[in-house]
Amino acid sequence: MSMKKPLAAVAAVAVASALAACSSPQAGGGGGGDASNCTNKITKTNLPAVTMWGWYPNMQLVVDNFNKRNNEVQVCWTNVGQGGDEYQKFQTAISAGTGAPDVVMVEMDRIPTFQIQNALVDIKKYGFDAVKANYSEGAWKDVSVGDAVYGVPVDGGPVAMIYRTDVFDKYKITPPKTWAEYEQAAQKVKDAGGPLFGDLGSNVSALTMALQIQKGAAPFTYDPAQPKAIGVKLNDQASKDVLDYWGNLARKGLVGTQDQFTPEYIAGVINGKYATYISAAWAPGYLTGAGVGKGEDTGKFAVAPLPQWDPANPVQVNWGGSAFSVTSQAKNPELAAKVAYGLYADPESLADGWTNQIIFPLNLTVLKSSEFVDAKVAFFHGQQANKEVYVPAADAYKGVTYSPFGQYYFDAMTKQVSAIIGGSVTGAQAADNLQRDVAAYAKEQGFTVQ
Amino acid sequence: MTLLTEKTEQRTEDTTHKAHGKARLREHLMGWLFVGPFGIVFLAFLIAPLAYALYLSLFQKKLIGGTSFVLLDNYAKAFTDPSFLSGAWFVIRFSLVAIPVQILVALATALILDAVTTLFTRFSRLMIFLPYAIPTVIGAVMWGFLYSKSFGPLTDVFGLFGAAAPDFFSSDLIFYGLVNVVTWQWAGYYMIIIYAALQGIDPALYEAARMDGAGRWQIALRVKIPLITPALLLILVFSLIGTLQFFNEPQILRYLAAGTIGPDFTPNMYAYQQAFKLANFNYGSAISFALGGVVFVCVYAFLFLTRKRRSFLR
Repeated sequence: MSMKKPLAAVAAVAVASALAACSSPQAGGGGGGDASNCTNKITKTNLPAVTMWGWYPNMQLVVDNFNKRNNEVQVCWTNVGQGGDEYQKFQTAISAGTGAPDVVMVEMDRIPTFQIQNALVDIKKYGFDAVKANYSEGAWKDVSVGDAVYGVPVDGGPVAMIYRTDVFDKYKITPPKTWAEYEQAAQKVKDAGGPLFGDLGSNVSALTMALQIQKGAAPFTYDPAQPKAIGVKLNDQASKDVLDYWGNLARKGLVGTQDQFTPEYIAGVINGKYATYISAAWAPGYLTGAGVGKGEDTGKFAVAPLPQWDPANPVQVNWGGSAFSVTSQAKNPELAAKVAYGLYADPESLADGWTNQIIFPLNLTVLKSSEFVDAKVAFFHGQQANKEVYVPAADAYKGVTYSPFGQYYFDAMTKQVSAIIGGSVTGAQAADNLQRDVAAYAKEQGFTVQ
Repeated sequence: MTLLTEKTEQRTEDTTHKAHGKARLREHLMGWLFVGPFGIVFLAFLIAPLAYALYLSLFQKKLIGGTSFVLLDNYAKAFTDPSFLSGAWFVIRFSLVAIPVQILVALATALILDAVTTLFTRFSRLMIFLPYAIPTVIGAVMWGFLYSKSFGPLTDVFGLFGAAAPDFFSSDLIFYGLVNVVTWQWAGYYMIIIYAALQGIDPALYEAARMDGAGRWQIALRVKIPLITPALLLILVFSLIGTLQFFNEPQILRYLAAGTIGPDFTPNMYAYQQAFKLANFNYGSAISFALGGVVFVCVYAFLFLTRKRRSFLR
């Protein structure tokens, strides 16, 4: 509670100026090529520098590798925060028209959001053909709006089911292959007095969306040739079914309702409070960083393919995954594109990324290499997780059309999932509310909704 | 300066006039010199941003179609926006509960510390004041962990009696969870203000009251409290303004309170979300000003209702 400011507006403005004050020095002196504010040390100071924001845990090494090998351009890197924190700063810089870096790391589902504000540059004319073959079609689709390419894919997030072998052994269950089996297994564990089987988090809208897409939902249709028209379909039967399914699991007490990425949730994962964790391929890196898989729960985790609705026609989905985009505030877009294309492309950086399970690479030279495919993943106690689960999932992924108002959609979804958890709506009602809410927002933003 | 010039009045009227003028000018300059630094900061960091936010609030920016001047449309939207209205209603309800609780706690502790003089009163005063010295954000994080079912002591304490711990992050109890955090944070600060006011009362009044046969309770209720009314009113206005702008605690706790606290939990949070997450600076500014209006109306109504009392804003 701020007591000193007599008018509410002042608080908002104060926050604005505080944000501006914090971010401007980190933005590399207003987003230009000022190399004096980089987190990394640039030794080749005679070369032009490109500023870049990113948050991969091993970014320091990646940037140093790039700078060492490159004699044309140097990268000035700053970590302005992960995910939402970075987008907030980038968004502010877009609105202000200044302060953005030349290259920015964005998750694929955010690309249309920034593209529609003309904040990103189509990098197709800056050497796309030379690297096109390095990534799959699905990967390119996720970073494209129409025919234009707005980012270089770096990592993906094929979704799978991470589970606790100790819990599965104790209650004598095998990894469920379908969602019906998942529910049965959950019931069995609960009846035997076991832990929660999974979690319905209100703050993981992107995962919820992916699970709906798995059942056949297509939340958005968008053709950039007709930028005013957008298709919003958030309450079709598939979307409703998935929300109802998870809502029922929560209502029966089979899964928890904790927000994910919170200390509370991580503590639960460490303590074996959840038998499964439906998450993406980058999850092991995140969990290890948070202390999971060390100490008492070492060697307790394994991974199985994502349960299916129709095992005869399996569908694989993706959560997260990110790319390097060139911003429209870049002083020299061509040079910036060189950085975006080359930053996470040398063998050493790529190897570091996947061997430490920080990222799941989309670069096909790695994705197809036997070192990667056959790797025995330490987090999964030597299980060949890539070969058995993640690579097939990534190969089968078809790509998705994301909306140009991703933040609003995810916030609205969070609200509805919270309502499901609170018991005030069913999954189907939540889907209807979400459709109404998001369609109204789209109209308000000037779209014609189909 | 004036005194000096007035004493030398043997000069001709003309020169006196000139001297007067010069002295007054110098006086004015001195005044501006003293006020200047504050004035510049005030204009640059309060008035200018306010004016800019007001200007922004009159426009609307769409993803398709760009920016257009819409006059008061954003305000009309705010006052029909369920998110803004439910947030405003929440902070009003919250004020009605949290402010009396804080003031009662502060008043009770101040009266006790004023009446009792032992070695521990100074220590106690410091300890009760201490939460105010802890930044709100850290306080909120701390309470977040105390409330936590995995880390917090509540589970253990209630477990001793074989009961389940209350979940202060649930939508039923978050209200009281927040009342507790806010009271913890601010009661000590208010206590110091009340305590200072109590110290300013002439002890002779107590003696007179005692001679009239008043006990300790009566002295507290009939002498002390009426005499510190201005201080209490001051606190009420402070806390009213602060509570209506509720931001830090829910903003921090929303990461721990699984979905209970949404981005539109309070109007301030909603304005923040609109401006910085959805890039809708126009609507964010309008919400801020709309909230400013609500605060103004509430504070004005409060001062109007208490106008007969001696008030610091008399």
